[in-house]
Amino acid sequence: MRYMMLICHDETALTPAVYKELATEYGAFLEALAKAEGCAAGERLQSSTLATTVRQQDGKTAVLDGPYADTKEQLAGYFVVDVPSLDEAIVWAKRCPSSKYGSIEIRPMLDQSGSKH
Amino acid sequence: MLAAEARRAAERSARESYGRILAFLAARTRDVAGAEDALSDAFATALHTWPAEGVPDNPDAWLLTAARRRLTDAARHRQVQNVGQAQLQLMGEELGAMVEDKSPIPDRRLVLMFACAHPAIEPSMRTPLILQTILGLTSEDIAAAFLIPPKTMGQRLVRAKTRIRDAGIPLRLPEPADLPERLAAVLDAIYAAYNKGWDEAGDAALPELGKEALWLGRLIVSLIPEEPEAKGMLALMLYTSARGAARRNAAGAYVPLEEQDTTLWDEGLLALAEELLRQANASGPSGRYQLEAAIQSAHVTRRLTGRSNWRAVVALYDHLFALTHSPVVTLNRAVARAELDGPDAALADLASLDDHRRMQSYQPYWAAKGHLFARAGNAVAAAEALTIAIGLTTDDALKGYLKARLSLLTH
Repeated sequence: MRYMMLICHDETALTPAVYKELATEYGAFLEALAKAEGCAAGERLQSSTLATTVRQQDGKTAVLDGPYADTKEQLAGYFVVDVPSLDEAIVWAKRCPSSKYGSIEIRPMLDQSGSKH
Repeated sequence: MLAAEARRAAERSARESYGRILAFLAARTRDVAGAEDALSDAFATALHTWPAEGVPDNPDAWLLTAARRRLTDAARHRQVQNVGQAQLQLMGEELGAMVEDKSPIPDRRLVLMFACAHPAIEPSMRTPLILQTILGLTSEDIAAAFLIPPKTMGQRLVRAKTRIRDAGIPLRLPEPADLPERLAAVLDAIYAAYNKGWDEAGDAALPELGKEALWLGRLIVSLIPEEPEAKGMLALMLYTSARGAARRNAAGAYVPLEEQDTTLWDEGLLALAEELLRQANASGPSGRYQLEAAIQSAHVTRRLTGRSNWRAVVALYDHLFALTHSPVVTLNRAVARAELDGPDAALADLASLDDHRRMQSYQPYWAAKGHLFARAGNAVAAAEALTIAIGLTTDDALKGYLKARLSLLTH
């Protein structure tokens, strides 16, 4: 199954020292991920303070500054794994350096044919 | 053949094989709900055809074949899930071979239990899922035991089963590194069912659940005999069950462990529990259930020596506390310590729980404090604690017992 792994951080809690540590650990993590078949490094996002949220309702467009959900932890990036079951996805989440400073949400992806499997 | 006889054969088969057949189907398709539907269709067909045609030689194989046919029809109907169809094809071939060799259905119930108690399943739904998938209990029965409206329970069970399929929860044994934690979740789910049946002895529907849990406990010990914690949990349930007849007096009033008539304890169950505990202790490090069973063992020595082995009980609670850091363990240890060092020492130990929020609304905490204050000669504090305990009790027999204690103080 393919899973999108959503990396969420509490941005305010990440000090420069933590960022530095994360950068080293991510080097190793991304290398391991590149070796795994069907898995792919995603993209890293800039701070959620730079987010803009757009909604269309009743013909009106609302453009708001800020992320769509005002939560403590904000989406910071993602990666994709292709593994036999949720258990292997959980192992990848634990390997991801960000799991120590935030959370990794594991979401099964809908495959192109529309079937869930 | 009589319809009643066919019904009984189907029911026997249901009891013995329901979980086995369901686990086999679900392990292949990962679709627990689909497998349940197919299996219940197969049972319905059996009830219809067996009275006329006789019970087949191998009822399990018959039911499994019928269920598989339903699954294939359903898959064809949906015309999706090619993977599922390939698996069904494979299963069909395997089944054909099994019927020819008369070999038993491979037992996949353990992996199904691991899926039901997976960390991705909400903890409160793990016990209901196991009761439904392994034992075939209806959501109405489960709802009654968990005091939840049947419709709500049914929806939650469906959601959990959908989750097993769609979130990709595996139907196989966990990795060795994960096994202790995952097994603990399975054992906790079974033990929770046991406690549901045990705690509320007043309710006629629930003691059955205790029996089902014992059945599951025996099953899991037979499936993984090398795991000491599984044996520890079964032993713990058996120790408790052995005392079942002694915990109510003739008038139905609650009798605490220390006052129970030991001749009413079931020697057969106790012997079984002691043997399981001995095996568990011989084969590995002590986990939570082994320690709790050992505490029970130290209590039941009273039937031989006239006195619980309180020194062993206190020492075992120390080990248990190191493992769980549970305030309930602190409470139970203090109560045991009172037997060695007197009520004042025990009350001093309980002071550490004074600010504990959960303990402040935990009935056994106030009941224990009431007894300890009474023994220490502080009738005012004892009455206050017992009154709170009565206010927190939902069981009538226990309430009666606490009220009797309270009236002893004031008269």
